Amino acid sequence: MAVTPVSGLRRPAQPRRRRFPWRPWLFLAPLLLLNLVVIVTPSLLSIRYAFTDWTGIGAAQYVGLANFQEMFGDRVFYRAIGNNVRWTVLFLIAPVLMGLLGAYLLSTIRRGQMLFRTLYFIPYVIASVVNAYIWKLILNPVFGIGPWLAERGIPWLDIRFFGRSDTSLYAVAFVDNWHFWGFLVVLYLAAMHAVDAELYEAARIEGANPWHEFWHVTLPGIRPTLVFTLLMIMIWSFLVFDYIYLLTNGGPAQSSEVLGTLTYSTAFYSLRVGYATAIALTMTFFSALFISMFVVLRRLGWEV
Amino acid sequence: MFRRRRTASLIPNYILLGGLAIFSVIPIVLLVLNSLKTTVEIQENPFGLPTAARLSNYVDAWVQGQFSTTISNTLFLTSGTIFLVVVVGGLAAFALARFRFSGANALSFYLLVGTSVPALLFIVPLYFMWAQLDLINSLPGLIIVYAALYSPFATYLLRSFLVSIPMDFEEAARIDGANDLQVLTRVILPLAWPGFLTVVLVVGLGVWNEFLFANTFLQDPALKPISTSLLAFQTRYQRDWGLTSAASVMMILPVLLLFLSLQRQFIEGLARGGLKG
Repeated sequence: MAVTPVSGLRRPAQPRRRRFPWRPWLFLAPLLLLNLVVIVTPSLLSIRYAFTDWTGIGAAQYVGLANFQEMFGDRVFYRAIGNNVRWTVLFLIAPVLMGLLGAYLLSTIRRGQMLFRTLYFIPYVIASVVNAYIWKLILNPVFGIGPWLAERGIPWLDIRFFGRSDTSLYAVAFVDNWHFWGFLVVLYLAAMHAVDAELYEAARIEGANPWHEFWHVTLPGIRPTLVFTLLMIMIWSFLVFDYIYLLTNGGPAQSSEVLGTLTYSTAFYSLRVGYATAIALTMTFFSALFISMFVVLRRLGWEV
Repeated sequence: MFRRRRTASLIPNYILLGGLAIFSVIPIVLLVLNSLKTTVEIQENPFGLPTAARLSNYVDAWVQGQFSTTISNTLFLTSGTIFLVVVVGGLAAFALARFRFSGANALSFYLLVGTSVPALLFIVPLYFMWAQLDLINSLPGLIIVYAALYSPFATYLLRSFLVSIPMDFEEAARIDGANDLQVLTRVILPLAWPGFLTVVLVVGLGVWNEFLFANTFLQDPALKPISTSLLAFQTRYQRDWGLTSAASVMMILPVLLLFLSLQRQFIEGLARGGLKG
């Protein structure tokens, strides 16, 4: 069917815009410029510095793969990677289970649901500096919870949590988890609210107990959110920095060192910028790996 | 909307929920209690009520911690970043929501990747770049960094708000002769303000609490924000648990008040902002 152009009608706005293809870029320019200067350029410089012995001052000497050779022969580097892996495993379990438990219990009640949700979320909005300080006080080896309980006949918690190489990493993870798990409650609860109520009815009619309901209705219902959080935890566990830096700074004897703190101290305390960027690149490699998992899962049609 | 059960069978659930709430909140309550004790009292009685509320801790912490300086530094950083992020993110979101152009998808993808670049990858070269540009020990210098970190998030969030505004309003304004900028300020802003509020809250919270970049890029004591001065305060008066507790309460009080009054916006915004923190 032929369409006869009707003269006299106002032409739609769209074609007029096409004459200025640069216009959206005008609006995007500030964002792109900021990004280019603050993130892209230094990130690319990192790749270059990783092959030099730069100290931050003066000229950088190209050293080929020397930084990477040194890194792969360095026990501290492996310790840090091992701790990042431990951290990942811990955070894939503890906060996820606590988050699921909290959200599930909240979904069963109506009165007080908002109040509990708020209380769980509070530590998440408090600065890491303050949270770290709060737990430094509570877990203080001289007058904290350990000695306090020991005086009252419970001696088995009288431990220098941050000062022992076999507990330091776990103590920091405990504090970080304390501030983090409530965030997962909020995400999981929102996802649980979106699960079709009829599915629960159906399960009830078939005689499902609460555990069956959780396992066969709730968990599959929130799967996209669950997978999303697990992936984010994996990405983020390789980038962890704040709480470790504040509570132990990787110590004692580098027992709680992770790639983040190792990069930071290598760059700013040892002033070995070249070597530090090589470690940072390795860190980025891991997070890129997890991000591509994310993209692949999406392509496969998982609603992540 | 959910399953209905008899209240009696929910008692164990309430007990567990209460236990979790105690776990979350008790450490903060302890902080407040300890902020009213002397250090000696904290060491003798870290988990009990103070014998007498020592409010002078707050005055001492304010003076010794130079809070009038650190608070104004933090406020300057926060408001400067919010302003830049809202402008930069608002403009970019407008372009992404309202123009069809080649490269839009690639740009969205780039922003997603760009926000996932670990801070520790670029912080080292950025530090030395900023040193050459004389932007170390400069609050505006740090604001530029923060703005770059938060604008992609703001762009995403605002775009989703802008997309939901019907084109009709905009077209009506255009027929009346409004240009792009007038459409943005007169039509879009008044309709999309909840999105902007969320951006303001999330970015404000992020900058107020930020530690890594502030600690690295500001060394001059006169420029320290609260987050890093608290740390300096701790080492300088290593034994003064009372004052540090009072300083901590002063740092988190504005955040808690704002969070409790606007928690829906906070939670929604932070849930969309990913897991950074």
